[in-house]
Amino acid sequence: MAKFTQKGKKGLPAISTASLPDIIFILLFFFMVVTVMRETELKVKNVLPKATELTKLENKELVSYIYIGEPTEQYVAKFGDAPRVQLNDSYANTNEIGTFVFAERAKLPTTEMRGAMVFALRIDEDVKMGIVTDVKYQLRKVNAFKINYSARPDEGAITQGE
Amino acid sequence: MARRNKQGAGEINASSMADIAFLLLIFFLVTTTIDYDKGILHKLPPITEEPPDNVQSNKRNTMVVLINSRDQLLVNNENVSVKKLRSRAKQFLNNNGRNPKWSVSPDEAIISLQNDRGTSYGLYLQVQNELKAAYRELRDEYALQKYGNKFEDLKVIAKESGLARDKEKVEDVADHFPMRLSEAEPKSIGE
Repeated sequence: MAKFTQKGKKGLPAISTASLPDIIFILLFFFMVVTVMRETELKVKNVLPKATELTKLENKELVSYIYIGEPTEQYVAKFGDAPRVQLNDSYANTNEIGTFVFAERAKLPTTEMRGAMVFALRIDEDVKMGIVTDVKYQLRKVNAFKINYSARPDEGAITQGE
Repeated sequence: MARRNKQGAGEINASSMADIAFLLLIFFLVTTTIDYDKGILHKLPPITEEPPDNVQSNKRNTMVVLINSRDQLLVNNENVSVKKLRSRAKQFLNNNGRNPKWSVSPDEAIISLQNDRGTSYGLYLQVQNELKAAYRELRDEYALQKYGNKFEDLKVIAKESGLARDKEKVEDVADHFPMRLSEAEPKSIGE
């Protein structure tokens, strides 16, 4: 009994940290599920403009990305700072978009899926419309009419319908 | 001590588990980026050789939005800021013949957009966004008044129920305010 009273005087026992790994694992799984690994390495600056009238791209299989922007710092010395188009992992000229579209279409198994393809244009907000127009013209040439201007949700603006 | 060993291997110390998990967590935090998979849907027109319709005859029903290479907006020859574009477009579309300068009816109204090759993409998208928003707000107002639901909600209802009369509602609203955004080939004055 004397022993017990002595212990009590020392204060509360240390909090058990046995559940700490579990908590951390839950956090880990959350982040693993929520975040998406970027498949391609970005070689262009890509600050998307903000907008409110956004539609979510539901079917990821049907989406192909076209990036447009100024080359990132490490590539400026080699490629200059004029805006460039990036397809997959490398810079491309606008006239290569047709081949890119056909290659992306060929990846899909059915014709219905090919018809429903969406090309998401991830364009830096500082890019001039000239190159964007060229890209759009190339897409029209190969009958890829469904496009999606990627944008960041604008939290500051009043969004009525979401 | 010797007796303890006989009972079997001792418990593995699990206190470093948290550290390992932390390392993994930090790795994932650093390497992954949240991709915004959202955007403004747009449908491109097919390439045609035919000349466009005579614009002169329906001048009243056309709202011309011009953006120059200095990112300035001109709406029907008036200087307008981007913030006012939405209300301008709404007034023009929902005029129903009241003001002789604006459209006769929403289903005849066309918004024509022309930009320069030197226009910045940021502004271009903002203008697209505002015009889309104008249409959306008008459709919402109309749908609320007539059916008591917003346009988006009507679409959801029609999708879930699959009933013909729900689909008719959606079509009615969409037909009342058809989205007619036409884009002219950009000029190249200052790229």
